[in-house]
Amino acid sequence: MEEVTQVEAHASAEAAHAHGHHAPPSGFIRKYVFSLDHKVIGIQYLFLAMFSAFTGMIMSLLMRFQLTWSGTAIKGLGVLFKIGAPGGHMSPEFYLSLVTMHGTMMVFFVLTTAPQGGFGNYMLPIQVGAEDMAFPRLNMLSFWVTLVGLLVLVTAIFVEGSTSFSLSVNPTSSLAQFANTYLGGGGSGTIGPIGGWTGYPPLSALGKITGPGQGAGVTIWAASIAIFCIGSLLGALNFITTLLNMRCRGMSLMRMPLTCWSWFTTAILALLAFPVLLAAIVLLVLDRTAGTSFFVPAGEVFNDAVLPHKGGSPILWQHLFWFFGHPEVYIAILPGMGVTSHLLSTFARRPVFGYRAMVFAMFGIGLLGFFVWGHHMFVSGMSPYTGMAFSVLTLSIGVPSAIKTFNWLGTIWGGKLRFPTPMLFALGFVSLFVAGGITGLVLGQTTLDLAMHDTYFVLAHFHLVMGVAAIFGIFAGVYFWFPKMFGRMMNDTLGKIHFFMSFIGVYGIFMPMHSMGVVGMPRRYAAFTEYAFLAKLHPLVLFVTISAFFTAAAQLIFLFNFFWSLFKGRKAGDNPWEATTLEWVIPSPPPFDNFAGNVPTVYRGPYEFSVPGAPEDFILQTTPDTEISEAGRDPAQAREQGVGETGNGYNGRH
Amino acid sequence: MGRLLGAVIILITVASVWLFANPRWWFPHAITEHGPAYDSQFMLTIIVVGVAFVVAQVALGIAVWRYGAKGERGERAVYTHGNNRLEMIWTAITALIFISVALLGQRVWARLHFYEAPADSARVHVVAQQFQWNFHYPGADGQFGHTDPKLVKDSELNFVGLDETDPAAKDDQVVTTLVVPVNRPVELTLMSKDVTHSIWVPETRFKQDLVPGMSIKVHYTPNETGKFELACAELCGQLHFKMKSYLLVVPQDVHAALMQLPQAQFAARVTQLLKEYPLAIEKAQQTASATR
Amino acid sequence: MATTVGTKGVVATGTGERVGTRAARGTGLDGSGKRTGGGGKPYPPGGGGDERARDETLPHYRIGMWVAVATILMLFMALTSAYVFRAAVAGWEKLQTPSWLWVSTAVILASSVVFELARKSAHRDDRAGYRRWLVVVIALGFVFLASQLLAWRELVAQGVYLATNPHSSFFYVLSSLHGLHFLGGICGLCFLLVKSRRATLYTGEDERVIKLRRSAAADAVGIYWHFMDGLWVYLFVLLFLWR
Repeated sequence: MEEVTQVEAHASAEAAHAHGHHAPPSGFIRKYVFSLDHKVIGIQYLFLAMFSAFTGMIMSLLMRFQLTWSGTAIKGLGVLFKIGAPGGHMSPEFYLSLVTMHGTMMVFFVLTTAPQGGFGNYMLPIQVGAEDMAFPRLNMLSFWVTLVGLLVLVTAIFVEGSTSFSLSVNPTSSLAQFANTYLGGGGSGTIGPIGGWTGYPPLSALGKITGPGQGAGVTIWAASIAIFCIGSLLGALNFITTLLNMRCRGMSLMRMPLTCWSWFTTAILALLAFPVLLAAIVLLVLDRTAGTSFFVPAGEVFNDAVLPHKGGSPILWQHLFWFFGHPEVYIAILPGMGVTSHLLSTFARRPVFGYRAMVFAMFGIGLLGFFVWGHHMFVSGMSPYTGMAFSVLTLSIGVPSAIKTFNWLGTIWGGKLRFPTPMLFALGFVSLFVAGGITGLVLGQTTLDLAMHDTYFVLAHFHLVMGVAAIFGIFAGVYFWFPKMFGRMMNDTLGKIHFFMSFIGVYGIFMPMHSMGVVGMPRRYAAFTEYAFLAKLHPLVLFVTISAFFTAAAQLIFLFNFFWSLFKGRKAGDNPWEATTLEWVIPSPPPFDNFAGNVPTVYRGPYEFSVPGAPEDFILQTTPDTEISEAGRDPAQAREQGVGETGNGYNGRH
Repeated sequence: MGRLLGAVIILITVASVWLFANPRWWFPHAITEHGPAYDSQFMLTIIVVGVAFVVAQVALGIAVWRYGAKGERGERAVYTHGNNRLEMIWTAITALIFISVALLGQRVWARLHFYEAPADSARVHVVAQQFQWNFHYPGADGQFGHTDPKLVKDSELNFVGLDETDPAAKDDQVVTTLVVPVNRPVELTLMSKDVTHSIWVPETRFKQDLVPGMSIKVHYTPNETGKFELACAELCGQLHFKMKSYLLVVPQDVHAALMQLPQAQFAARVTQLLKEYPLAIEKAQQTASATR
Repeated sequence: MATTVGTKGVVATGTGERVGTRAARGTGLDGSGKRTGGGGKPYPPGGGGDERARDETLPHYRIGMWVAVATILMLFMALTSAYVFRAAVAGWEKLQTPSWLWVSTAVILASSVVFELARKSAHRDDRAGYRRWLVVVIALGFVFLASQLLAWRELVAQGVYLATNPHSSFFYVLSSLHGLHFLGGICGLCFLLVKSRRATLYTGEDERVIKLRRSAAADAVGIYWHFMDGLWVYLFVLLFLWR
């Protein structure tokens, strides 16, 4: 750390020799495909995430369909997946491969990509007053690596597993009869990996002998995650360097918008967490392909034969995976917190309540996030004493989370709230974050986890908090920054319909799942037909499915609104929301190097709203105090000087 | 718009609370000694959680209802950057609540996991394999016979790899149902032949993974007889959702007699017992509908 | 426009990092918008707080390199914690130390020392010396990789392969991942060597910038190179000398 400060000191000495601005590229390919411009790359990331999100959503709808009406055929599905869903009837392994793909796609290619790769890439350099990322080439590379990761993952869906799986259970059991009649004796083959996004070995480490869906698909899945890790690491490196070293004059750390803090924290988390996942994946792939025994213990018996593995530990994978996995939750949610803080302040026309506390809470959450991974493993066979320590640490994460919530409420309390769509999503984020986060208090207790572990209660908890809350953060960002990115406004009425349908819909999906969990419904079941104790949950299952389709319908409205507004939306001014940060002092969409060569100077903190005595209820970060006082004397003159609607912009330096 | 959002938030809050307060979708009746303690800890936590949830949502609802911008555009919001004292107070309060809940939440855990099973426990070895539960009982001599993965032969129904040459193995019984005595501690030794499984009977309020390469000893004391569904709770492959068995809690004398039987009669007797006992959950539902 | 005309007071914002707390107490202004004192010092020219002007490319490489080192360190920490975890489990057998590893370790330590000589030359602006030492470091780098390969062959001759036992698995994985990263270091050195051919690294820039750039690039590669060195020593000690 000390070194870094020295480096920064160096930097000012060398600053006189500013390198020339890179010229805008010409030609479609250089401009929109292999672009070095952080803005184009950000948009590329967003489209990648949008594709993944809709694919993931369709998968979740298929899963809901299967759970609610198991045995009912979906016509077109049989054509697309001849083996996984013969005649449109989903096989159990097809269901599980949907589970795996939905999880992997959403966690990595939506929740990690959109808020950080998308908005972070687009907005971080602008908000700190830089022309681009520190390493534009690396930035482009990280996008393309991520895209390759996604393509590889998609191919895993279409890998067909072997049909040579034979079940060795009691031949008189109903299970064997089921296998014989339903699976044609020897298993039906499958699509995709079926080990869940957590890919626990030995199930994921032994290949085809563990059943359909464990063949080449898993190796491809692992490769995809490894590629994704590398892409994210390159991105994180870029974010950190940019933020530490590219801030414009006057942009001290404590004057950065909270969004920048959240992207910074997220980048640090990614930087420290993804290598661990990468390490685990390398070992897993070796176990699968080279016969090593990192995660596979000795004495594994399949079809009466003992495997030659030497004695690894399945729990080791869980340690490595969750050491990554828990920070990953915060990688998904922290940018949402940043966007929410930013938007609540902007639309409540009030400074963020407790800016410093927000920053410290964010770092606190990030830091504690590295010491709580064991709460995913209370019943995994880990030492119960270790479990207890993890439990206490886990609940202490609630404290910074609560601070954030209080401060959000403090920000809007006594504000002059405006309710355009982005504000609604930000408020929705707060509501969902509380609803999802608070049940961590249940799951974080070793005792209560005894019954709650791997039930629908867990599903409800993490979907609410890292799934939909984070997605609401993304939607808030899309509606908020769309005018800046594309120069047009999104339709507000459609946006509001989208919001209310989604808000009610997601509560309809995930609230009842808590109850299912309390009754004891286990996760990752391809059907609930086997257990009498689950029978009474059918009304809830049906209700959840209806809510899911309702919510999905709302997303179509969003999709329409997005593409319609792209071409037909109302033209946006430079600062349509009357916000204060640097992205709003430049034209919409911004010019190639963001500030057209006039690097801004920052004079104040990011959230100066409703300042008594100021001419407007917001003061741009670039407005010098002299202008405010002059403007204060004569509003007309102020308007002439450009303080106000469009901002006086970026000429403060010269 | 603010009022609409406020109303929606409040309505969602009311619906959520109703859902949690609905006894129809609650735990099944607990049948283990630690069950009631578990239930009360859950209740305590859910009340804390519920209060926090309601307070936060209602505050959010009120804020959007009340502070929606209207009237003169010139009117300004209150300009403040925060309040350190307030910040400290609510940090301290949440920390206090969360940490106390965390500490209280260790009691049942400690009781179950920090002590060895009592010497007089009924012992069962649980050997899971893909989509089947095998329960290995020590037989009349109370000694478990030697087992070896190399001897596993599913086709000959030797699911646990019992070594026939070991005299202690002669009277051992292996069936796919878990039968335990009531009001006596049960020690389960959990093992897996292939992938990770997890043993889960909702009525016991207990769950534990069965990890290949490890034998994990756990114990609890059932205090009610009956037949309960036993599920696998850790994804173990294609037919995970069908990996089902039963937990039979029988009177101590029935259990003692059962343990004396050789394999063939043992299996027959277990089948008979399975028929004798109705499923607890269905019995409860019948009683409920009868009283209604 | 709702401002009171005639307000003289400067709005109480923008005294550097204190923006949040000071203004929070509302000491800057009274209701009428007049300055009531205690609102902080006058603003330093250029907007207070952070006087640091914009930086440019040079230090990026150093910061970026430190960040990269952090992430590579995490990768190896993860793998070595897995190693320690696994070593504690029963059935752990250890390999004999392949004797070539002592050679590798000596070579990699030497290469770090030589690299410092190269960097000294660069700072002294002794381009010939700089290039000469760089060539030596690169050569030592290849010697290191060769001796790692020989160590592998030593094990193979004993019939020890990747999947032979957990210790051999960890050794092969860790040494090959280290080797891969090390190869990246050699690429960095080659880059320095190529760049040092030209008197000016970037045409049309003055002497001072060239020197600064050269030493920045050398520093960045140096951070990496020494890190690779230290990393290997750590791995060697952990894999063969620990326990």
